[in-house]
Amino acid sequence: MTQIAVTVNGTRREADVEPRTLLVYFLREQLGLTGTNVGCDTSSCGACTVHLDGESVKSCTLLAVQADGREVMTIEALAEADGTLHPLQDAFHRHHGLQCGYCTPGMLMAAASYLKENPTPTEAEVRESLEGNLCRCTGYQNIVESILDAAGQMSGAKS
Amino acid sequence: MSRKQMPGVIGVFTAADLDDAFPAGLPMVWPITEDIKIPTHWPLTKDVIRFAGDAVAVVVAGSRAQAEDAAEEVAVRATELPVVLDLEEAAKDQVVLHEDLGTNVVVHWSHGGGGDQAIFESAPVVVQERHLQPRLIPNAIEGRGCLAYGIPAAGEFTLVSSTQIPHITRVGLSITTGIPQTKLRIIAPDVGGGFGSKLNIYAEEALALALARQLGRPVKWIEDRQENYLATTHGRGVIHDCTLAGTEDGKILGLKFVELADMGAYFQLLTPGIPELGGWVYMGPYDVDAYWYEFTGIMTNATPTDAYRGAGRPEATYVIERLVDAFARRIGKDPAQVRRMNLHPPHVDAQTSIMGLNVDSANYEPTFDRALELAEYDQMRKEQAARRESGDVRQIGIGLSSYIEMCGLAPSEILGALRYVAGGWDAAEIECRPFGKVVVRTGTSPHGQGHDTSWSQIVADGLGITPDDVEVLHGDTAVSRLGMDTYGSRSAAVGGEALRQAVEKVKEKARIIAAHELEVSEDDLEWADGAFRVRGAPDKARTIPDLATSAWQAHSLPQGVEPVLEGTAVYDPPNFTWPAGTHVCVVEVDTETGKTDVLRYVAVDDCGVVINPMIVEGQVQGGVAQGIAEALYEEAVYDGSGNLMTSSMTQYLIPSAMEIPDMILDRTETPSTTNALGVKGIAEAGTIASPPAVINAVVDAVSHLGVTEMGKPASPERVWRAIQEATKGSPGVSGGLDGATPAQQEGGAS
Ligand code: FES
Ligand code: FES
Repeated sequence: MTQIAVTVNGTRREADVEPRTLLVYFLREQLGLTGTNVGCDTSSCGACTVHLDGESVKSCTLLAVQADGREVMTIEALAEADGTLHPLQDAFHRHHGLQCGYCTPGMLMAAASYLKENPTPTEAEVRESLEGNLCRCTGYQNIVESILDAAGQMSGAKS
Repeated sequence: MSRKQMPGVIGVFTAADLDDAFPAGLPMVWPITEDIKIPTHWPLTKDVIRFAGDAVAVVVAGSRAQAEDAAEEVAVRATELPVVLDLEEAAKDQVVLHEDLGTNVVVHWSHGGGGDQAIFESAPVVVQERHLQPRLIPNAIEGRGCLAYGIPAAGEFTLVSSTQIPHITRVGLSITTGIPQTKLRIIAPDVGGGFGSKLNIYAEEALALALARQLGRPVKWIEDRQENYLATTHGRGVIHDCTLAGTEDGKILGLKFVELADMGAYFQLLTPGIPELGGWVYMGPYDVDAYWYEFTGIMTNATPTDAYRGAGRPEATYVIERLVDAFARRIGKDPAQVRRMNLHPPHVDAQTSIMGLNVDSANYEPTFDRALELAEYDQMRKEQAARRESGDVRQIGIGLSSYIEMCGLAPSEILGALRYVAGGWDAAEIECRPFGKVVVRTGTSPHGQGHDTSWSQIVADGLGITPDDVEVLHGDTAVSRLGMDTYGSRSAAVGGEALRQAVEKVKEKARIIAAHELEVSEDDLEWADGAFRVRGAPDKARTIPDLATSAWQAHSLPQGVEPVLEGTAVYDPPNFTWPAGTHVCVVEVDTETGKTDVLRYVAVDDCGVVINPMIVEGQVQGGVAQGIAEALYEEAVYDGSGNLMTSSMTQYLIPSAMEIPDMILDRTETPSTTNALGVKGIAEAGTIASPPAVINAVVDAVSHLGVTEMGKPASPERVWRAIQEATKGSPGVSGGLDGATPAQQEGGAS
C-alpha cells in the first residue's frame, strides 16, 4: 500500500492505494465517484476521461499514485454546486447529445478541456478533438452540435 | 498454489462443483423447426471448450484484483482438439462440435417461397452472386455486468444486470437456476447501450445467482472489454447465394436467397431465429412475382451469434440491395431508375405481401424521391462523370439502398406459429397520484432509446398534464410487473400503444367521476383543453389531477366506482409494423490508396407517426453510424485455431467522430394501421439501410475501372486490391484479413 494525497473536485483526499490501482478505480471504488465510466482496457474509448491539473486524461491509463499531489476533477464537479448545469451539459440536454449516456461523462470532460484550449472551434476541429472518445449510440452528430452550441454560449457569455 | 493460499480468494468452482446448481442449461427460446438440434449450454462447460469464451472455472474473491490474480493461477489441463470456423467446412462434419448432436448442421428453415419459382431459370436476365457478411461485435460502450444478492435462507434473490430484458430474464434464469419466479427479482438499472447484445441470458448471470445462493453473500461480476468480445454474442456471420430474375428493361421478377448462417458454438437466447427474422423481408420494398428464402444454421468454434441491431434484416437488405445494383449494371440502367420502377404500389390499409404476411401500409415513392432530391442525385452523377472524364485520383460513387423492415415484435399468434416460446405483447400501468403527479410503469426496458421522454409525452398529451408531472418507471420486475422488454424496434409500437390504451382507461374512469362531480351525464362532457368540460359551459370542468385527487380521497365517488384513478393495459399487436425508406450515400474513393470517405449521407425514412422527432433522428443517426462502421471498418476475425484476433478496441475498429459524417435526414409519414398511435419503429432502420448504401457507393466509385465485387468491410486494403485486380487483370486476393477464412471469399457476379 502507498499513501497518496490527491485533491479531487476541490477536496483533499488522503488514501492508501495498492501501487497497481488505476486512477479510474481509485475514483470509482475508493472514493465512490462512479460518474467516471470504464469502457475498455486499451485506452481506446475515452469513457474514463477526467481532468488532471486541468488537462483531460484517460483515467484508465494512469495509476492512482501518479495523481499524488495533483488535482483531479471528475464529471461530478462539472455542474455548479447548486446544480446549475455546465453549458456543455445543458447543450447536450437540449441537443439530445446522449442516448444511453455511458460515453457522456467522458465526452463532456474531453470537450470541457478542449474548449478551454480552443474556445471557438470549427466543426472539424470539434470532431478531431473527440477522436479518442467513442460513442456507439449517437452517431456523434448531436454531440458535435452540442459542443459547438456550448462553445457559442460560453464565448458569448465571456465577451 | 492452492486456493487457500491466494489472498482474498473465497472459492474456485468448476462445472462439477456446481452440478446441483443448474437444473437446466441456459435458455434458447426459439426452436424454429420441429427437428432443430439443440445443444445443451451449461454456464460452465462440462467437457469440451468449444470457443474462446467458453468458461471452465469461476473464481470468487474479495476484490477484482484478487480474483484476477487467482484466475491467472488456475491451470486448465486440456487436450487440443481440431476446430472448424469456416461455414462450408463445418457443414461437412469432419469436426463435429457437439458429439451428441452428430452434426454441425443443426437447423434448416425455409420460408416456403411465393410465386412461380420457374422464373429463376427462365427469366431473360438472371443475376447470381455470392455475398459474405463477416461477424460483427456489437460493442455497447458499457459492457455487461451483474450483481446477485439475496436472502438464501428465504430462497429470495435479486439480480441487478446490464440487460435489455429483465422480464424475460426472470423467466429464463428461474428455469436455469431453479429459483422460483416468485422469489426472483431482476433489476436492469440505467443500461449503457445494448444493440441486441444484451437481449440475452448469459452464463455469468446464472453463475452469479448460483454462487450468491451457494456462498450466502453478494456476488458481482463485471465484464472487461476482451471478455465482451469473446463471450458476448456476435452478429451477422452469413453467406448468401443470391439470384435475381428480371427483364432487360429493368423489371425485377423474382428474388431468391439461400443463406448459410454461423450459429457459433452454442445457441444463445434467439440464435436460430435471427436469420428467420430477415426471412420475411427478402423482397425489399419491391413488387416481385416470385420469392424464395431458406437458411441453414451451422455450428462453428466461435462465439455464439444472436441479435445485433436489425437482427436478420440488415443481412437481408444488404444482399437485396447489392443484387439490385448488380442487375442495373448488367442491363446498363441507372440503379435509381431500376429501383423506382420496381417499388411496390402504395396502400393505405394492410395488404398481403408475396412473403405471406400483411404489410400494414406503404407509400414508398415519395420517400424515394425525397432521398434523391436531398442527395442532389443528378448533380452528383454529373460530378461523377466529370471526375471519371478527367481521370481524377479521387473518384465519386453514389450508392442507394431502399429497404423495408418488420418491426413491432410481435403478434403473439404469429410468434406461436413460428414456434417462439413467449408472446409478443407488452403492458403499461398508469397510476394518477393525488395532487397532480402520475406514475407510469412500463414493460419496455430502455437503454438509450429515451422512453422516459417519449412515454411522458404520450401520457402528458393524453391526460392534459405536463411531461414533468409524469414519472416513468421501468427495468425492475418488482416495479413493472408485466412486460416483454425492449428489442426489435418494438417499444413504441407495442409498449407505447399499451400506454396509449392505459391512458384511455384512465380517462374512461375519470369521465365517470367528472360527470358525477359536475352533476351532468357523461354524454354532456367533452375532453377539451386538457379537461373534461360540460358542453356549452366549458368553465365547468375537471382536470385529471382534480379527478385523481377525488378518486384517491374517495369521499364521494359514484356508485360502483373503485377508489384510485389508475389504468392498466396489456396489448398484443394484431400485426407487425413495416417501416421503410431510402438512403443515399455519396463516397469519395482514393484510387491510389483505396481509402473511402463518406461525403454525403441522406436518410429518408418512413417510420409512421413520430412521437418525438429529436429521438427519432437520434436513432437514425446512431443506426447509420453503426451501418457505416459495418460497411467500412468492422469485422471480427479469428485465426485458424479459433483465437479471436480482433480481441480489443485497438484491433476492432469502431469509428470516431472523425469518420462518421453529418447526415441529412428527412421523413415521410405513412401511419401504421397496426396500432392507433400509427407508429412503426425506427431504432434499427439506420443499421438496416446503410451498409448496402455505402458498399454500393464504393463499387459505383470504381466500377468504371472494372470493379464489381466488394466485401465488407471495404477497408482501404480491400478496395485497393480490388482496383489492382480489375485494372491489371492480375489474380489478387480480394478477401479480408488474409488467412482468416480463405474459403469464405466473396463469389462474383455471373
Ligand atoms: S476506459 Fe479508459 S479509455 Fe476506455
Ligand atoms: S450515448 Fe451511448 S455510448 Fe454514447
